[in-house]
Amino acid sequence: MLDSIYGAIALGLIYALMALGVYITFRILDFPDLTVDGSFATGGAIAAVMITQGYSPWLATLGAFVGGLAAGACTGLLHTKGKINGLLAGILMMIALYSINIRIMGKPNVSIVNMDTLLSPIAKPIGLFILVLLVAVLIVKLLLDAFLHTDLGLALRATGDNSKMIRSLGSNTDTTTVIGISLSNGLVAVSGALIAQQGGFADSTMGVGMIVIGLASVIIGEAIFGARTVIIATLAVVMGSIVYRIVIALALRVELLEASDLKMITALIVIIALVVPTVRRTYKQRSLARKRSAELLAIPAMDKGGKS
Amino acid sequence: MLELKNVSKLFNPGTPDEKVALMNANLTCNSGEFITVIGSNGAGKSTLMNIISGVMKPDIGEVRIEGNAIQQLPEYERSRWIGRVFQDPMAGTAPRMSIEENLAMAYKRGQKRGFSLGVTSAKRMLFHEQLQRLGIGLENRLSAKVGLLSGGERQALSLLMATFTKPQILLLDEHTAALDPARAELITRLTEEIVREMKLTTLMVTHNMEQAIRLGNRLIMMDKGKIILDIPHDRKKNLTVSQLLGEFQQISGQQLADDRIVLG
Ligand SMILES: Nc1ncnc2c1ncn2[C@@H]1O[C@H](COP(=O)(O)OP(=O)(O)OP(=O)(O)O)[C@@H](O)[C@H]1O
Ligand SMILES: [Mg+2]
Repeated sequence: MLDSIYGAIALGLIYALMALGVYITFRILDFPDLTVDGSFATGGAIAAVMITQGYSPWLATLGAFVGGLAAGACTGLLHTKGKINGLLAGILMMIALYSINIRIMGKPNVSIVNMDTLLSPIAKPIGLFILVLLVAVLIVKLLLDAFLHTDLGLALRATGDNSKMIRSLGSNTDTTTVIGISLSNGLVAVSGALIAQQGGFADSTMGVGMIVIGLASVIIGEAIFGARTVIIATLAVVMGSIVYRIVIALALRVELLEASDLKMITALIVIIALVVPTVRRTYKQRSLARKRSAELLAIPAMDKGGKS
Repeated sequence: MLELKNVSKLFNPGTPDEKVALMNANLTCNSGEFITVIGSNGAGKSTLMNIISGVMKPDIGEVRIEGNAIQQLPEYERSRWIGRVFQDPMAGTAPRMSIEENLAMAYKRGQKRGFSLGVTSAKRMLFHEQLQRLGIGLENRLSAKVGLLSGGERQALSLLMATFTKPQILLLDEHTAALDPARAELITRLTEEIVREMKLTTLMVTHNMEQAIRLGNRLIMMDKGKIILDIPHDRKKNLTVSQLLGEFQQISGQQLADDRIVLG
């Protein structure tokens, strides 16, 4: 039991990088980027292939980051320069990456079991593993926070918040969009590279459903920890990723559920998280409207009362 | 100096929906002039602003700033010279970012944005000082999200953001129209002060005839994509609203049709 929780925390930390990537596109840029499913596997594929060819795991992970940057840049360019709808641009890249990833690996999957990876020296004991991952993820989070407070980072955030305004202040929003999507997929690919190193293999299907998991992490994190500032929001995303993994680990221990139900459960989490606020808002607005109408109805009555 | 030469702009050309927004419009604004712009609905006032700022490109014609033709430059490259405030108070600020972050973005107007920190303590002091001049207490709420501000407060902030790097040209498109009278008055007063102090070349679209006469030192009137009347300062001083409406009727052959008109 405890073992599976520890394992879930470690996995949650690795997937947190992916969730941070999803946070950049969905929340900061307000761009629903579906490239993620492809770029996650791209990261795994590049890292696994480079490791089997004898490159240092550091270099392999860096390679995965660069691959993710490139994939994201393509989606960004399709959307900004090619004027393709954002969702479609992401889907097109995702599909293309599926073939590209198999090309990178030369076959549908590559094993790196028993090879030296970034994670193999620290994999045991689990406490140390979690600690090192935690420090690494927090460093990435802090770097991202810092970036989002630079002049360029502010322009990136404004691109998602009010693109008309930031253009009138002299930012090329096409450029900031491409930078944001690119950075996002870079993080996603690193996450994929680490998952491949942790699991001992890369597979062309390892990214399927990743976008929904990323979204679920973002939404769970925001629901529990809030998103008042960027610094809080990124922390919430990391925590959300961990909580998600723990929930899944616990759900799997319930006899009713099978591993293949995971994707459905994840989708359900996201659906609930998306629907509940909308319903609540509609309900609130309706009751407010009712209250105001009643108030307004009461006013002329009072006027008459005053005059008579 | 800002010049428009033979500028035309059509929407939906060649379709039954074709709209003439600007037709062979010519305008020369000298440095430091504060020009108020009036005209009927659909006269092309907003299109004029959008063509100057680069939101749209003219079909034909030239836009020049200090003699350089800029009509092919994208909006983000022109912003170096041009500050804008829009009618919609939501349009000029980023709601999910703080007041100081919004100001930091305006501070970098037209400059390259790199990896240096957006809000520094030195800038914070400058922002504090600038916000104080607005006189509505925003200087004490530097880290508040702009989305929490009222329409009037947001518009005051937009005005500051549009002007505090001292752009050569300030474009105001009905920037008080969405506000209640008291707030509109505040923004008008701030506009007047800022434009006077910084000597900004300003174009201000308004539906308030009294304001159009009282503010600024030149008045132009637009109709059907053309500038049909251009009243210099000395004649504007003694103009009345009814004279102005009379002149419009005489030139265009119809009454000024403006659903938001305020006579003053
Ligand atoms: N994006 C657009 N697409 C199609 N037609 C447009 C567009 N923008 C403006 N027009 C048309 O161009 C003409 C000029 O519009 P513009 O917005 O410049 O007028 P305006 O003087 O600002 O009017 P108002 O006083 O109502 O703000 C109008 O006939 C308008 O319908
Ligand atoms: Mg208009």
